[in-house]
Amino acid sequence: MAEAQNIPVGSTTAGSIAVAAESTVATRMSAPPSFDVADFPVPHGREEEWRFTPLERLRGLHDGTAVATGSGLKVEVEAPEGVTVETVGRDDARLGKAGTPVDRIAAQAYSAFEKASVVTVPKEKVLETPIRIAVHGEGGVAFGHQVIELGAFAEAVVVIDHTGDAVLAANVDYILGDGAKLTVVSIQDWDEKSVHVAQHNALVGRDASFKSVVVTFGGDLVRLHPRVQYAGTGGEAELFGLYFTDKGQHQEHRLLVDHNTPHCKSNVAYKGALQGDDAHAVWIGDVLIEAKAEGTDTYEMNRNLVLTDGARVDSVPNLEIETGEIVGAGHASATGRFDDEQLFYLMARGIPEHEARRLVVRGFFAELVQQIGVADIEERLIAKIEEELEAAVA
Amino acid sequence: MATLEIRDLHVTVEADNSTKEILKGVDLTVKQGETHAIMGPNGSGKSTLAYSLAGHPKYTITEGTVTLDGEDVLEMSVDERARAGLFLAMQYPVEVPGVSVSNFLRTSATAIRGEAPKLRTWVKEVKEAMERLNMDPSFAERNVNEGFSGGEKKRHEILQLELLKPKIAILDETDSGLDVDALRVVSEGVNRVRETGEVGTLLITHYTRILRYIKPDHVHVFSGGRIVESGGAELADKLEEEGYEAYTKGGASA
Repeated sequence: MAEAQNIPVGSTTAGSIAVAAESTVATRMSAPPSFDVADFPVPHGREEEWRFTPLERLRGLHDGTAVATGSGLKVEVEAPEGVTVETVGRDDARLGKAGTPVDRIAAQAYSAFEKASVVTVPKEKVLETPIRIAVHGEGGVAFGHQVIELGAFAEAVVVIDHTGDAVLAANVDYILGDGAKLTVVSIQDWDEKSVHVAQHNALVGRDASFKSVVVTFGGDLVRLHPRVQYAGTGGEAELFGLYFTDKGQHQEHRLLVDHNTPHCKSNVAYKGALQGDDAHAVWIGDVLIEAKAEGTDTYEMNRNLVLTDGARVDSVPNLEIETGEIVGAGHASATGRFDDEQLFYLMARGIPEHEARRLVVRGFFAELVQQIGVADIEERLIAKIEEELEAAVA
Repeated sequence: MATLEIRDLHVTVEADNSTKEILKGVDLTVKQGETHAIMGPNGSGKSTLAYSLAGHPKYTITEGTVTLDGEDVLEMSVDERARAGLFLAMQYPVEVPGVSVSNFLRTSATAIRGEAPKLRTWVKEVKEAMERLNMDPSFAERNVNEGFSGGEKKRHEILQLELLKPKIAILDETDSGLDVDALRVVSEGVNRVRETGEVGTLLITHYTRILRYIKPDHVHVFSGGRIVESGGAELADKLEEEGYEAYTKGGASA
């Protein structure tokens, strides 16, 4: 697809590369990071971190009026042998180690959860099958905290699957020991009324590899905030995302890779398709290369494919570089309409229009789907994309 | 016998907030087994004719008729035209990221033939067709037209021509941008299809070079949005020597 062609009315793809003495990634937030919700003012909607989010659809998660219902969210963990799965209280020392809440809802989740789930893969344990965490909403309001910790040189794939009807605010911590390899696939396949706001904190150990695949299809409002920091040199982070934003849905992905350690790598690639009136996708890609992070190698990319009129994309890559001693840093963002020339080419070979559209959209997502590496999830994803497209044709 | 009949075809295009008439009354009949060369200077409307026949949405038909075996082509959607037996080999084939050549070819063949080709014979069929066009087998795993050289794009077009076996093939400047070796390979591909006697070919070109490899039965000179002279293969020789000057400087009143 051509770069930034035919940007739909009202969409933005403003990006910036700033060379700054002090990061604005932190200073443009309305309050410094904190575990206590009282440290954050109730947002009014004009703050930098809230300006794209329809606050009135957050069901009170942002202003303290949302109250946990005690039930209504079922969490089931299926883990291979050797993995420890625990439910712990608020005082467990392992909670909050990977990062601190940076906005009011993340702090609200941290202040309000009662029990946390901790999944631990011992050092040098290499899992052959994925850990599967099924989060199913049954109409309740919930605040959650999930920790996934890998010991040194452990390797694991974790699939977190969100379905059903829920209002959920959560923090998810990923702690990778030295040389560990973690792939996390987080699927947001919610029913249409659900609201899901979460901060993901990854702390990547020395020479460890972290891969996050975020897949967002469902929900009324989904706002995820995957963040990465490095605990040692040689760490690698890959953040991939796919979203399919339908009529009326708000899907927001805000990413931060904080290169706070020398000689680490990051690669961010998010792709989304939008269709229908008031489908709204927001992508904020912040990459910060701190002065001490010499030898950093980073790239971030966001692509959006707008299938119908009436959809809106806000895509804001933001790269801040405080040292010139790096291997590479780049970003790209493009939002384009469905390419009529591609459609013509395929139809001129006898392929009916709906099938041609399917081919193009599947093709658009293909390179990211192939990154998942979990066969049944890849198949489900392809089926889901087909389903979304069928709905569009009908 | 399949026949494409174009009668008094007028076509406009929207450009810079104005409507411009590009085709101004084209009459042409192409029968199965025949090869017609349409030659003309740049901007004469040759490619517009090709894309209008295939149904590109950019072009509006304002007058005239196009029929294939009596069926109204202009009433058909782009894919219906292809399934009815029209094929356009494009001058600038479009990149389709993420869609492999093998997936594309099979999807297309399934649509054109009305049923999925049997996997075993299909694999063999594609492999052999690719070998004839000197295409490496790895080609099938690449994304459609993505990163293809000019020659690869044209070979890929002719590969489709061989596999889809249309009744009428329109080749829009298939020779442009090819070196002599590629031109020979591509022309041989076209000739294999022609030799079956089952395809009518409309060869659109700016240069006479390709006509050394693909011998036309009829040559038409296109200028100012219509055919201004028709003849046999000898007309191409005349154009080779004299160029289009006679047709572009007031000689096109016919």
